Amino acid sequence: MKRLIEYTKILRSKNAGPLYITFDLIFDSVETLQYVKDNLTTVAVAKAYNIDESAVSIISFERANSLKITFPRKTVSGAIDDVDIYGCQQHMPLADLMV
Amino acid sequence: MKILALTGMLGYGYSEEALRIAFSEKVDYVGVDAGSTDPGPYYLGSGKSFTDRSAVKRDLALALPLALKAGSPFIIGSAGGAGSRVHTNWVKDIILEFASENNLSFKMGVVYSDVSVGYVIDKLDSGKIVNMSETFPITKQDVYDSKTIVSQIGVEPIIELLKQNVDVILCGRACDTAIYAAPCIYQGYDRGLSFHMAKIMECGSMCAEPVAAADVMQGYMYDDYFELCPANPNRRCTVDRVRAHTLYEQTNPYLIFEPDGTADLSESEFIQKDERTVRVQGSKFIDAHKKTLKLEGVKCSGYRTISPCCINDFDTIEHIDEIFTTVAEFVANNIPASINKSDYILMFKRVGGGGNSLGIIIDVVGKTKDIADTVCSLARSRCLHCDFDGRKSTAGNLAFPFSPSDIHVGEVYEFSVFHLVCVDSFSETSETMIMEVGK
Repeated sequence: MKRLIEYTKILRSKNAGPLYITFDLIFDSVETLQYVKDNLTTVAVAKAYNIDESAVSIISFERANSLKITFPRKTVSGAIDDVDIYGCQQHMPLADLMV
Repeated sequence: MKILALTGMLGYGYSEEALRIAFSEKVDYVGVDAGSTDPGPYYLGSGKSFTDRSAVKRDLALALPLALKAGSPFIIGSAGGAGSRVHTNWVKDIILEFASENNLSFKMGVVYSDVSVGYVIDKLDSGKIVNMSETFPITKQDVYDSKTIVSQIGVEPIIELLKQNVDVILCGRACDTAIYAAPCIYQGYDRGLSFHMAKIMECGSMCAEPVAAADVMQGYMYDDYFELCPANPNRRCTVDRVRAHTLYEQTNPYLIFEPDGTADLSESEFIQKDERTVRVQGSKFIDAHKKTLKLEGVKCSGYRTISPCCINDFDTIEHIDEIFTTVAEFVANNIPASINKSDYILMFKRVGGGGNSLGIIIDVVGKTKDIADTVCSLARSRCLHCDFDGRKSTAGNLAFPFSPSDIHVGEVYEFSVFHLVCVDSFSETSETMIMEVGK
């Protein structure tokens, strides 16, 4: 077991429009992608972000050795209680997940 | 066919040398994206741009004369950042000013893409508004409260102007992809390849290494594939970068949703053609059953006053929740009688820190500027001197980096509409005019 970020070459978060947050995880090899894909659950992601499991989508993109995780933002970008308008600093709870 | 993306965002800059190199061979079209919702709802509401006027003028001024001389139509999407009529006119004025200063004459098409509150209400009543997310349903009240609503136009209004041989096409809010896909589709190229190339190009040189949004990207469209090569000889496109960029800001890595269908990238192949060029083939297009355009609307939610400050004391940080509760209660009990508790929102935003340090933004959104000022002032002063058990640092709890400690941020806008609208025609949300500049 190690932190998820240690498996990745790129681990980033960003708005996909103001309603969604999307995370791109890019790996060095398809084997690493496969390992992470098999061992990372929507439950773990939902728990890390304190959201409903059914809201989490995990899609792999083998051609780019990557995994895309998307769920609706808890606060819409720019809402009064938002703290990250671009959504590009939301990746640490994911990065710290033990896989 | 060769098409240029000047830069990822008009006003963010690009290399003049790269532009010159790009124009050393025939350029058929030039495009640039000038907007995004990334910086949040404020800009659409306030009518201001998140880009700087001088920087926008610089980026236009270098490219426009070259495009006119080469006879390459110059397409600008999402003018002024948020793409409302006010933003579009802001860029139009910059173009007219530059043209007048340099005695340029050309034919310019302008596409406004604002829609009225009435238009959205009618669509809502006839069941033609679709949620983008279940977490963000539309309400009639939000539509009525909207100050500005724009539609993201697709390729059609741009193609209509290309048919009329205009030299410059200035669009209000537009799909990022429409800027680059429109000329390709107009020239009869495959829609799947056109949208895929457009999706990668709209960020300028983000798909190159060294990565930079702010530089010129060259797209070459062929019948069965397209190629990308950065104009700046110090950058190169690699298969890894282009593949990775295909993921960027998308909810689904295989699908790019467009007004009239979906580009399907599940069969796309990426090939390193030479050291600096990537070839892409196999991208498909699936027609949609319904024609949809995206709507973006904002409402004013009040006025903001903030006080940024820092605590550098472990004991104070240990008691921070208790302090915030005390302060919030104090404010509620000490505001003037003219202010209701529902007239303001008081937030303590914790920003960073660790160990003996914690950054805080006392953040107040009030119904009026005066209410926000009053609440922020009360909260800041109470927080500064709030007592707790075992407090040793009794001179003050907060380090203020600025005098004045309280800062007016101004009007606060929030998204009120971010939905799809089903349209009968792709031009029903836009208004086009053609003007002869300098004649």
